[in-house]
Amino acid sequence: MFQMIIKVIYGKLALRENSMKKIFITGILCLLVAVYIFAQAKKQPASAHASIKRGQKVFEVTCIVCHQKNGGGVPRLNPPLRKTSFVLGDKSQLVQIVLKGLNEPIEIEGEQYTNNMPSFAQLSDQEIADVLTYVRNSFGNKASAVTPALVKAERDKIK
Amino acid sequence: MKYFSKIVFITAMLAASGVADAQSKTAAKRKTIAKNNPTEVNAGLKLPAGFSASTIASNLGAARHMAVNSKGDIYVKMDRVKNGGGIIELSGNDGNAIATKKEVFGNFGGTGIALKNGYLYASSNSNIYRYKLNADEQVEDTAKPELIVSGLLDRGQHNSKSITLDNNGNIYVNIGAYSNSCQEHDRENGSKGMDPCPILDSAAGIWQFKADKPNQTYGDGIRYATGTRNVVGLDWNNEINELFVMQHGRDQIGSMFPQFYDAKYADEIPAEEMFLVKKGMNFGWPYCYYDPNQKKKLLAPEYGGDGKQVGRCAEMQNPVVAFPAHMAPNGLLFYTGNMFPEKYKNGAFIAFHGSWNRNITGQEGFFVAFVPFQNGAPSGKWEIFANGFAGVSKIESTGDAKYRPCGLAMAPDGSLYVSDDNKGNIWKISFKGK
Repeated sequence: MFQMIIKVIYGKLALRENSMKKIFITGILCLLVAVYIFAQAKKQPASAHASIKRGQKVFEVTCIVCHQKNGGGVPRLNPPLRKTSFVLGDKSQLVQIVLKGLNEPIEIEGEQYTNNMPSFAQLSDQEIADVLTYVRNSFGNKASAVTPALVKAERDKIK
Repeated sequence: MKYFSKIVFITAMLAASGVADAQSKTAAKRKTIAKNNPTEVNAGLKLPAGFSASTIASNLGAARHMAVNSKGDIYVKMDRVKNGGGIIELSGNDGNAIATKKEVFGNFGGTGIALKNGYLYASSNSNIYRYKLNADEQVEDTAKPELIVSGLLDRGQHNSKSITLDNNGNIYVNIGAYSNSCQEHDRENGSKGMDPCPILDSAAGIWQFKADKPNQTYGDGIRYATGTRNVVGLDWNNEINELFVMQHGRDQIGSMFPQFYDAKYADEIPAEEMFLVKKGMNFGWPYCYYDPNQKKKLLAPEYGGDGKQVGRCAEMQNPVVAFPAHMAPNGLLFYTGNMFPEKYKNGAFIAFHGSWNRNITGQEGFFVAFVPFQNGAPSGKWEIFANGFAGVSKIESTGDAKYRPCGLAMAPDGSLYVSDDNKGNIWKISFKGK
């Protein structure tokens, strides 16, 4: 898209053969591209939006029973997903919990949670990436997306 | 003994006068009063006619079970050690309004607590201790409990060791299953049930120990009954001299086996069950569950069941009362007092903690229920006795509930105490009307 615009503008400029102007316009274009990229990164790319949407469906089938509709979990039994370091922190660790489950009580912010969590390794890389991206951007959370590539890399570590 | 200076937990109930007052003032002012006096009429509880309630303590922490001595002192077992102790002694005899804190002791968290024959018994999630009481029914030495049983299995899940005692020198303790349904991989879709279930050797049952013999371990105990997944509420019925327990039924039958159960139907199975427990009984976990609509034990889907097959479950003990699914009965008390009307005498109060896996129909059961009894058997349908603990009418997520009933105890005057392990409130419910 941008390459096309650049080519058209350069084409017009070439007719004028004004090298000073050419350099100036190139500078402006670079700036515009930089601003565009920055704005997109800040806004959440369109792909992340789609991922969050798909992830919500995975959540409602797979996670909602234990972690509850509001992501608040169940006191003493099932961990909350709201603004905890496990959810917002290290993405690799988070992917590993989904792949392997948890067979021991876990302590989160001074509270113990005792129910076991099964492995969800049967979900695809895409589904795990989607549901974690959803969780990291719901219930008051705001954090970067989890990619299928990361899930695959973490899955390969287990094998 | 070191007495704490009397700490007031909450100020007195303004109840009726407070509400009447507020009505004559501006909306803003009303708000302020409600904030300062969150207890409202009957401390926010809905009760049968003639009953009233007040909050006698608040924000104690996770208050699990309670025991009350003949002087009216309340011993509260805390889930975790807080402010230097896992047991809080309250003076409950200062009228209806406020309890004062007398002692905090015991360096262990847990659930179980009971008074019997001059001792206070209390449990951690792996041990049972007892403290000798003096003539005033106060703990003689809070620093030196006697270890009665140690080494009971604690693998996190279902680790509460609730206790009760009979009149023959025995103590009964629940050892819950560290699993939902004894699958090879706990709570994993499609994972098979282990057969025989190896958990039954050391857990998923009620164990009996000697109440006065120190340093017992598994080998000294008797597996009194088996096939109970997790019991938190239990009580000895002195009318017929038998043990009764409340079982938490298994979770997630619908979400793990949608091929056998309609999602809405699955929210209603299995029942939460009250058992009359006699030595040697088997209640069926993990192989069986009780369907309250079909009124029988059915084979669990992990063991080949499909919502219809009975199989080996025909030989398992049925409940004496079946309650709606997933409501988590955490406290049981047979009412032996004289304050409440005749229908309550010798009946069972049950503190329901409230559900988390009623997936479609929404969470329920944040209340105290009552079952009338005659000659040690239920004589009528169960009913809700005290409701409104959750503080909201619709609970989509369990965490929305403000308070969650857990323990029950009776005051010397026959009032009923209810504890909450969410924030740590204790309510006193009394009968005043006719």
